[in-house]
Parts: sequence; C-alpha cells; structure tokens
Amino acid sequence: MGEFKVHRVRFFDYMPAAIRAMAFNRRTERLALARADGALEIFNFADNYFQEKVIPGQDGRAVEALCWVGRRLFSAGLNGEITEYDLENLRPRYTVEAYGGPIWTISGNDQGTLLAVGCEDGTVKMFEVLEDRIQFQRNLDRQKGRIISLCWHPSASLIAAGMMDMIRIFDVETGRATHRLLVERGVGASKSKEVVVWSIAFLSDHTIISGDSAGKVQIWDGLTGTLARTHLVTKWDVLALSVSQDESSLVAGTSEGTVVQFQFLSSTLDGQNKDWVRTRTFKNHSHDVRALVHTETAVVSGGMDTQLVVRPLLDKVEKNTQESAMRKMAFPHRSLVCCAKKAGLLLFQFPDHLELWRLGESDGHGETTMKFPLPPFQVSKLPKDLRSAHQLCFSTDSSRLFASSINSSVVVVALNQPECKYLHTLKPKSGEAESNLILEPVHLLFASEDGKWLATANTACEVQVYNLDKIKLHCTVPVYGSCPTAIAIHPTSSNLVVVHADQQIFEYSLVQKEYTEWSRRLQKQGLHSLWLERDTPITHVTFNPKHPAHIILHDMFMFCVIDQSLPLPEAKTRLFNQMILRSLPEPMRILHRHAFKMCKTFQNLMCVRLLEDHSLVVVERPLLDIMSQLPAPVRQKRFAT
Amino acid sequence: MVEHGDIRVVHRGGSKINSREPVVTNDSRFLLCASGERVKVFSTSTEECVHDLRGHTDLVTGVLLRPTNHLQVYSCSVDGTVRLWDFTDGILIKVQLDYCSVCVTCSWLMFDIVCMCVCAELFQLVAVHLPQSGDQLVEAQELSAVLSNVSSNPAATGFGRGVRAPPLRSPNAPPGAITYPKTDSPHLLTTQRKGGKNTLMCIACHPKDDCIATGHEDGKIRLWRNFNHKKEYTYTTLHWHHNAVSSLRFTPEGTNLLSGGLESVLVQWRYNQESERDFLPRLGSAITHIAVSPDGTLFCTSHSDNKITIIQSCVKVSAVIQGLVNGESVRTDLMVDPRSKSLVLNGKPGHLQFYSLQRDKLLYNLDIVQQEYIHELGLQQFEVVKVAFDAPGNWMATVEERKPKAAEPEINLKLWAFDEQTQSFVLNTTVSAPHEAQITSMCFSQAADGQTSMLVSASEDGHFKAWQLPRSAYEGPSWSCDFVGDYRGLAPQCCCFSADGSLLAVSFQEVVTVWSPASWELLTTLSQPPKAIRDLCFGRLGCSKYLMGTTASNLLCCWNLLTCSLEWSTSMDVSLLLSDPLTENMAAFCCQAESTDLFVFKPSEPRPVASLKAVCSGKVTRAVFAPREEMLESCEESSQWLNRSQLYFLTQHMLFIDDSVAMTPFYLLLGKHRKQENQDSLTRLSAELMPLPRGSLAIKELLQSPAHVLPSTSVLCSMFVESLLVSVADGSEESKHAEEEMESEKEEEDSEGEMESRTPRPEPASPGLQSAESAAPALTKAQLKELRRVKKLDHGWLADLLLS
Repeated sequence: MGEFKVHRVRFFDYMPAAIRAMAFNRRTERLALARADGALEIFNFADNYFQEKVIPGQDGRAVEALCWVGRRLFSAGLNGEITEYDLENLRPRYTVEAYGGPIWTISGNDQGTLLAVGCEDGTVKMFEVLEDRIQFQRNLDRQKGRIISLCWHPSASLIAAGMMDMIRIFDVETGRATHRLLVERGVGASKSKEVVVWSIAFLSDHTIISGDSAGKVQIWDGLTGTLARTHLVTKWDVLALSVSQDESSLVAGTSEGTVVQFQFLSSTLDGQNKDWVRTRTFKNHSHDVRALVHTETAVVSGGMDTQLVVRPLLDKVEKNTQESAMRKMAFPHRSLVCCAKKAGLLLFQFPDHLELWRLGESDGHGETTMKFPLPPFQVSKLPKDLRSAHQLCFSTDSSRLFASSINSSVVVVALNQPECKYLHTLKPKSGEAESNLILEPVHLLFASEDGKWLATANTACEVQVYNLDKIKLHCTVPVYGSCPTAIAIHPTSSNLVVVHADQQIFEYSLVQKEYTEWSRRLQKQGLHSLWLERDTPITHVTFNPKHPAHIILHDMFMFCVIDQSLPLPEAKTRLFNQMILRSLPEPMRILHRHAFKMCKTFQNLMCVRLLEDHSLVVVERPLLDIMSQLPAPVRQKRFAT
Repeated sequence: MVEHGDIRVVHRGGSKINSREPVVTNDSRFLLCASGERVKVFSTSTEECVHDLRGHTDLVTGVLLRPTNHLQVYSCSVDGTVRLWDFTDGILIKVQLDYCSVCVTCSWLMFDIVCMCVCAELFQLVAVHLPQSGDQLVEAQELSAVLSNVSSNPAATGFGRGVRAPPLRSPNAPPGAITYPKTDSPHLLTTQRKGGKNTLMCIACHPKDDCIATGHEDGKIRLWRNFNHKKEYTYTTLHWHHNAVSSLRFTPEGTNLLSGGLESVLVQWRYNQESERDFLPRLGSAITHIAVSPDGTLFCTSHSDNKITIIQSCVKVSAVIQGLVNGESVRTDLMVDPRSKSLVLNGKPGHLQFYSLQRDKLLYNLDIVQQEYIHELGLQQFEVVKVAFDAPGNWMATVEERKPKAAEPEINLKLWAFDEQTQSFVLNTTVSAPHEAQITSMCFSQAADGQTSMLVSASEDGHFKAWQLPRSAYEGPSWSCDFVGDYRGLAPQCCCFSADGSLLAVSFQEVVTVWSPASWELLTTLSQPPKAIRDLCFGRLGCSKYLMGTTASNLLCCWNLLTCSLEWSTSMDVSLLLSDPLTENMAAFCCQAESTDLFVFKPSEPRPVASLKAVCSGKVTRAVFAPREEMLESCEESSQWLNRSQLYFLTQHMLFIDDSVAMTPFYLLLGKHRKQENQDSLTRLSAELMPLPRGSLAIKELLQSPAHVLPSTSVLCSMFVESLLVSVADGSEESKHAEEEMESEKEEEDSEGEMESRTPRPEPASPGLQSAESAAPALTKAQLKELRRVKKLDHGWLADLLLS
C-alpha cells in the first residue's frame, strides 16, 4: 500500500441544512427531500439509496411541502408560490402564485388530476394538473384559521384538512365542509394555546388519523365525525404522520426525535376486530422529526438534525441482510471538495459561497497543516452557453473547461485566450433519439490527463467517453443497472474505472472498447461481502502515478487502495485489513494478502486526494462537529436527572 | 441413641411466604400462600392465619385453585407430590405422587390437568395428567414433555387463552425470547437489539386478547401481538421501571396490566392506553409477585421483605400479612424483648422487628435509623448491627453502622426508653461516633435492683466504654460515658456482665479481663491461649461463679471466678454459646461436617444435660433462649432444661425451635465420662483421642502464648521437659504429675489447666476404657486441690499486679 504523508484537514465547516419535507414516489421509488435552505435532493431507493440529483436552493424560497404527481415534482412554500421542478435540468421549471398567503401544505390526489394547497388565509385551493403546467381551478369553502395539513381520500371525492383546533372534511364536488372534528387542546398550561393539527391521514375506510401539537395521535371515524381513540405519544408535538400503502401501519414523528409506529391489528389471532395499536418506538434523531415516509419495508425519517434515516421494519425484511441494516445519511453523495494537485490548494463548496485554502507545510512527523484562506477573485465574462452548469471540469493543462449543461450535453470552453470562448457542445447521441429520450443530467465529468478523453456519466447510468481530439463520441460503456458514483481514466493505460452506487467496480479499456481482464476477473469472482455492505458510495477515484496498478478510492468512512497486481479476496474468506495483516507472521501475511487495502483511520471523509509530492490530503468533517452546531433540542425529562 | 423421643426439633415459623405467588380465592375471603413446607390460609380482611395445611415434607413450590371446584386447592412440592386440599376446613383430600419425583427441583402448577415440573439441570416443562380416581393416594402415570430448555424462574412461564388446547408460552435460553408452541413447532419472538440487558424476567398473557406481556431486566415491558406469524409479530415497549420488572399480571377483565419491581411501586397500565398509568407507591419493599383475585377486586403483592400486601382496587392497602423479615443477614443477634417476650432482630433496612414467637407473627417494626431509605445499587445503607435490652426491658440500646468503601465507618449508638403510655420504645439519647471503629459487642448490666442501668460497649478501636444514666440530671435524663477502659492496646471482642451485675468480663483477644463495674478496677485476667476468645458467657443462678468462654482454637473453657482458675475445658468447635437467663443451663452449638450438634450443660459440671446430634444442616450462628409462657412439668432429666424456656435458632431458611435432645456423651469434656451406656460412642472417643500430637502441641502452645500470661521460666522449663516425657507408663505419670503440681503453685490457672488436660489424655489409649474411667475422676480431684492452692496464692499475686 505504501506510506503517505498525510495532510489532515478539519477546517471545512460543512453544515448541512435541516430536512423540512419529504415525498416518496412509490412508482419510481424516488424520494424527494427538501431542506431548510431550499435545496432539493432526489434519492433513488431502488439504487442503494443513492443521492441522484441535487437542485440547489435559493434565498427566500424555503420549501414547506413536497408532492409528487406522477413523475412531476411540486413544492409549495411560505412565500405563497407553487413550484414545479425540471428534474432533467435540475432547476425550477415554473412558479405559480396561489394568492392565499403562505402555503403550509400541498397534496395531490391519487389520480394525478388535482393539486390541493392549504393557505394561511383559510382556503383550500384546487389546481388542475395540465400537461405542461398547473391551473387554478377553484377554492373550497373558506375557513377561519390557516390550513396546516391536507390529505385526500383515496377516492378523491373527499379531502381532510387539519387546522387550528379542528379538522375539516370537505366534499370536493361541492366544495362544502361536511364535518368539523374538534381537536382537544393539551392539558395544563397549554390549555390556553391553540392546538395545531400538524399532520393528517385519510384512509380508504374513512378513518382519519391526526397528529397535533398537544402530542396526540387521534383516530377518527370520518363517516360519523367521531373520535375513536386517542394515543398520547409525546409531551411535545406530533409533527409528521405517514401511512403504509396497505394501510396496516402508521408512523408518527415527534419533536422528541422519536418515531412511533402504530399497527392495525386484530386483538385475537383469528378475529376480525381490528384496532390501531401503538407498537414500536424508534429513536434515531436528536431533534424534531419534520418529515416522515413509510415505504414498503422501512420508515424514512428526517428532521432538524439534518440526517436522513432509513430504518427497515424487521418484520418486513429478511433479517441480517444488507436490507435490514439501518442507514443514516448525513453527507452528500458527491464530492464537495476539489484539490489542485500541483498548487496544493483546496476548494470547499458551500451552498452559497466557495472557500479556497492553501495547504501549508508541516515539520514532517506531525499532522499539522497550516491553512491560509485565499481571497476570492472574479471571472469577468462568461459565454452565454455556460449559464447553467451542473458540473465543471478543467483539462489537465487548464486550456479547456468542460461544463455539463442542459439536455445531457457538455459544453467545451477554451480558456487559453484572454477571454473565455465557447468552442463546441458535446452531445451524447447525434440527432435521431433525442426527441423521445429523457435526457438525464450529467453528474460526473472526467478529463484524462493526456487531454485526449473526456468521460461523462449521467443519472440514467450511462457512461460516455468523448474523444477530444476528434470532438466526437468515442464509445459508450455498456450500461450497468446502477448509477455511477465516481469515474476516472487511468493516465497511462487509458482505462476507464467506473464505480457504481451498488459498490461494483468496472474497468473499461478505451482503446479496446471492452472490459479489461482484471474487470472480468473481478466480476467473475465477485466482490467481498464486506465491500458490498458498505452503505456510503465511493465518491472519488484516483490513481497513484508511482504505482500504475494502484487505484485509490474513498467513501465516507474509509479510503482504499486497490492493487491490481495482487489476488482478489475470496468472497467467502475473511477480509483482513492492514492492521491485522501487519500483526500476522510473514508467510501468513503473504497468504492473506489481497488487492483491497483499506484504511479506516480517518472518519467522515469529505475528500482524499494524492498530491504531486506523493502526500495525501484528507478532509474530514466529524459528525460530532455538525451535531454540536445544531440548536438545542426540546427539553426532555431524563431519568435520574 | 435417642433416649427421649418426646423432644424434637420443630420448624417453628418465619419461613418465606413470598417465594411463590399468593392465590386469592374466588370469594376474595381467603389468601393462600406457600410457606415453607406448608400452605397457609389467611383471611384477607383480618390478616389472621386461618388454616395451616400441613402434609408436604419439603418446600411447597406451587399453589393453585382447582378450576372445577373453587373450594379446593392443589399444592405441589419439591417432595414430588401434588396434594388436593379443602382449604375452608383445612383437610387433605388427595395425594398424588408424581412420577418423576426424584428429579424435581422446582415445580409449579398451571392447570387442573397439567402440572409443570422442571427437572434438574435440563429444565423441562412436563405435563402431568392427574388421574381422576377416588383413591386417596394416586400415582400419576401419564407424563409428557412439552418444552425443553425453559427458564427455571416460574414467573417466566405463562399460559394463554383457551383451555382445550392450551397455547403454552415459555421463555427460552436466549435473552428476550419467548416461544409459542401452538400446534407443532414453537418459535421464538426476539427483540431487535442485541447486547441490551433484555433478559426475560416474567410473562403474563392477556385473558381475552392474544397479547403477551413480558417484563425484562432493563425495566421494560413489552406487549407482543400477532405472534402467530413467524416474522410479522410486533411488540410495544412500555418503560417506567428503572430496574428489572419482577412481576406482571393482567386483571381478569384484561383492562389493566399490573407490574412491579424493585421500586416498590405497583404500576397499573391501562391496556391499549398505555400512556395512562396509575401508581401505588411506598409499598415498603421490592415487589416479587402480583396476584389478582378472580373477581378483580383485590390485588395482592408479595414483597421481598416476606410480606404480602392486599390492595383494594389499586388505591388502598387494606391488609398486610407480614412474615419474619429475613434480609441479607441477621447482623444483630437474636434478642428477646423482656417485656413482650418477642424476638427482636434486624429486618427491613434500618428497622428492628419485634416478632412474636408464639403466634409466628410480626408485632411491629421500630425505625431505628430514622432516615429515608433510598435504593441505589452499591449505595451503603445504615444498618442496625447491635441491639441490647436491659433486664426489665426499660431500656434498649442499638448500634447502627454505615461503612462507606473508602472512608471511616459511621456509627451511632442510640438508647431507647420504654414508654408506658405508647407501649413502645422512644429515643432517649443518640451518641454519634461512640467509638472510632466497629462495635464488636454491647451489653447491659443485669443489675438486680433495676435502678442503675449500665451499658458497656466494646469496639475494635481498643477501648470499651461504659455508659450510664446520671440520676440527677436536671433536664431529662440522658446517657453519658462513664468509663473508658482498655487493656494493653488490644481490641476487645466480647463483653459480658455477671448475673448480679457485680462483675464485667471483657475479652481482649486471648485474655479475659474481669472488672468491677462499681470501682472500675481490673480484678483479674484469665487467659486461655493460643487463640482469641470468641464468646463469653457468665453462668446464672447457682452457677454464677463460672465464666464460660469459647476460643477460636476450638476450646470451650469454664473458669471459676472464685478461684480465678480454669475449672475445665474441652476441645470442641463451638460456633455459638449462649446461656438461658432463667436457668443455669447453657447451650453450645457445634458445627461439624456441615451439620450442627447441640449440647446443653451446666457450667458447674462438664457433663451435658442434654445433647443432640445433627440438629440441622449448616452452621447455626444465631440462637436465643425464649422464656415459656407457662412452665412445663417435665421430670425427664434430659428435657428438664426446656421446662422454663425454649431454644430458638435460625437456619438459612426459617426459624426452628429446639425441643429435642439425643443422648450422646459430651465426649470431649475433661475427665468426666460418666454415662457410658453407649460403647460405640466411647470407642469413638478413644479413637479420636489417640492421634493427638503430644509434645509438639505443648511446645507450640508454649510458644504461642503471650509472655505476660506465662509462668516463670523455671516452671516452664520443668513443664517443657515434662511435656517431652509424656509417653512413659501411667504409674510414673501420676506421680510426676503430683510433683509437678507441687512445683507449679505459682502458675496461672489456664496454662496449667491446659497442660493437665493434655497430659493425661494418652492414658486411656493403652489400657482401654476402664482405665480412662478410673483415671479421670482422680485427676479432677488432684486438679481441684491444686487449683485451690493456686487460688490462695493468687490473691497476693493479683494485689502485686494491681499495685504495679
């Protein structure tokens, strides 16, 4: 593996924003997630929970609620606007003003024809979903007090609205309120405070379930408008509710950071007399659980503590498999740090600014790295075609800038002139398929060191390689079912290494246009289960110029040097790490040697790069630092305090 | 061997009533609970014991109402029988012998037709079908194993709804798992977390719904539902208890779940509304079992301090049935309160319990420490370690102690006066830190006039202190220290007043000092090397001139205080020596080979009045003579000692009364082997005497004795030489012995006595039994003569010592 001098960097103050809203598309298995800074993230649950797309936020556009209609994603916020997003080009498509004051909630019916929004002024506004936009249809009966939560009955004829101190049921046909369910206020000091129905669910058997600020989960009969049962869940607020698709299970998220599960169970083993019974309690958050999704097999929760937690329900999944492991996603699945290898500069990416730091020198045996923030400077004029770019990449000699642009294309800009000059656009396929194909955005770019190749990967799992000399598509790597998370081209052998979200590694020879021998061997033998069970994707691949057979890659919790000259680890045997190997006697060590050399010394890795002088830059962001910057959670009585 | 069969050891009471869950009858009038080898029937309203169902020969392990006849009750026991009783009349109806009675270590009853037995080592759940026949004695033949590898804790097995095909649920070995064998294959329900302290403690099944409640070691209660599915079972966690849940019970309607644990709080959870719960706090001590009456009106909780509380509809404690509190250890000795004639010992933490021996009932608890008891693991609590009463019962002295790990012990001495009006003891004086170290012994002077009371406490700090109540105190009498005594910086071990209160004996390791409490003069020292004195006891009535002591080197010594010499001594491992306050008798418990022998003797003669072999197994460390309410008129010689008082002793499990003596010679007593009816025992005696090492032992004892108690070197020299010459023929031995007596006039009594007791011993070995008989009395005569001489001289010597 070799030894490296390590620059250990811990001054990247990356701070993720709190999770505000979530919406799950059961058909495509995509989870849309909105953060407090307005950023929108799309996770592909079918592909190892990979964070496919990120739409950056804007000031003053905090998203309050999200809603999928088919493949279209809508959001509403307290600025009173409804936004539809362009998921191909990663930007808002259009914005519609609802004219009802701040919007608290948005909900689409199951048929995908209508959108209902709940406004501050007490109106429920119906929007018709058209082919390319939405159109205001009408208001339902205006109520006193704001509409906080909305839920459609699956038949789309009724809609339940959670308000202050009450729940209303509207007939969508007439627009009239048919029932008024009064929600009891909390006891004691909170008696004088209005109770807020934060979340509501309307089941197909006309059961209404509400979660409110008095800490209650209440089950109502929607036909008669009577209260069936009250479960006091917390002393604080019940902020989110989510029902499983088969309506047998319900989860409620509270301000205490707990998620409480209710199940629709019969009291006797053979009986039909079913009832909602409180069952499990999950405590995976330290702060408010603001958003909650009940998928087929898991409870997905997110909140103020910025982490997305996927908690599998063990009665729905096989035990002791990768699926049954709980996942906490705290960091983005892409690299937020860039490194200039020669100059020793680090570029940190923040939602609203960049920071450039110069690596300092250390006395050799310590891990001290001096840091100098560099003053920002401005690039004067950019060509018109470079207005929207998801990803930027420079060629090695800094003469070209590649930018992934709309319609899965890459814009090439020349930089050696005094002014940036647009050269040309690289398009994946010439002409004929363009019209009917949905073009996914390019999220990875890599220009080879010799300046000959440019590799791109998009979220449709396609990896394309362009020949920059001929300015045309060289080849398309055979499509693999999982999204690429990191790509790189070897500087000498011109092999393309692609790592996918399901942890598979491929090496593709650009010259022969086929997978290399090593890659075939790897696929034949299979990767070790420990490697496959890691739950963060590889975010960067690089090579060691001194050892051409070495591939260096890292994820959040480890970095790994793959030595292609060594035998691959057997899938059944124990995967020895370097620490154990070192303690073994010499013959045993050689026997157990394998290609994957992992190092877990550094945790929460944002970036691992090999510099020109053969030293390693490691950027860490300890989770504890993020936790310590969060606001104080609600007060909870702990035993013996 | 046993001459008088009318004297027996009887298990008297004080046995655990909290070992198994109590049973309330259908009409809620009676409460049945297993108590040792019996089943006791208590009235739920008056707390009185109505019937005592006797018949089992070993611990009763389960009680169950017969479901088909609510006036009958089954009980099962470790002896392998199941008995059917009519509890209203207290009649045994039927005995059923268990098939596998040999291996039953623990069993409990669940159903009319099924008896659960758990066999040794491999715990198995076995169903025994009790045959329906009219005979009194029936042997159960049908036996079927239901489940293997179950927990030995009976609370961890439960039965569900439905009697015809009962679903059995039983805990298995892995923590937090329960099995559910409905038809063929049992399966496990496991909690998700591994490594948590979720060991299953108890289980309860809902009477109507299919819901199992389990209590766990970490204090959580889990309600399992949907458990017929192999995978999709689910559970709810309830958490209030901070420590292990020890008992769970559903009410008969299934609307409430009751739980209890170490917190001594009964928690009532609403079924399906678990956030609402009611508490009944301050039940006194940790809850071990909960039982609910069939109509749901009464709850019964068993507590770890041997108590059953009857609670009316979870709001009011209506009755408390209290047994003898037997905590971790009886730190105080057993005492008899002279007024109430009740047994006094420490019970609940910081309390003294007054326990009526006649009625087997706790009279009351007296709070000695008067501090809030806070339970915390590892927290050292104040404990009552010593109690003493004065003769008329006007005063009581208590010592409480707390020993923090890395600090000085905190000791308080409290003196309590009996208040005639409240008929209780009232705190009079508190002396904090009366001594710097642990108090080893404490006693009141047994003054005859009853006016001047004096308390002496001895402590490991090397002092003994006398406390007195000044007569002319202007503002309420309170006790104060009168005298502090010590002896050569040694730590006093025991103290004892003579019957008339004129002498105080305090033992300092191997030396017994005798003091006059009137003038606090050191009158004399007595010594019995080589080991420390363990027990001291003055004789009573006619024997009040004798002082008895036991040493750690297994010697029982009797000193004559008039001659200040050793009257006799014998080698026996006395674990406990105590005197009867009403007669001259003394009792010695001897521990030998895991069983305890009892000898009763008068100090005046080293001959047992009565003796009993193998009174009980294990070591007896606590015993007491309690006066009888009415005197017995027994003329049998061996049982006369029990005419005026009864001897109680405490074993590990329960309180025993001693009513029996078997006649075996007090075989190691010096000299006097009078009753030789039993040849075999005598041959045993000689066999035991034979291998005694002779010369070497004498040397060892010489060397081990403290210098200040040894006679002059000239005497020692001859003695030493003599000890080496022991193995000569008996005639010369006798003459030599006489010479030695003449020489050693100045000797102190104990070393002399020791020598003498050793030297003649080899004699009986060669000539046989007859010579032993003849030699022994002669020797005693010679010894008495010698002792008289020593005594004459001794006064002068003593005066010298006092002057110096």
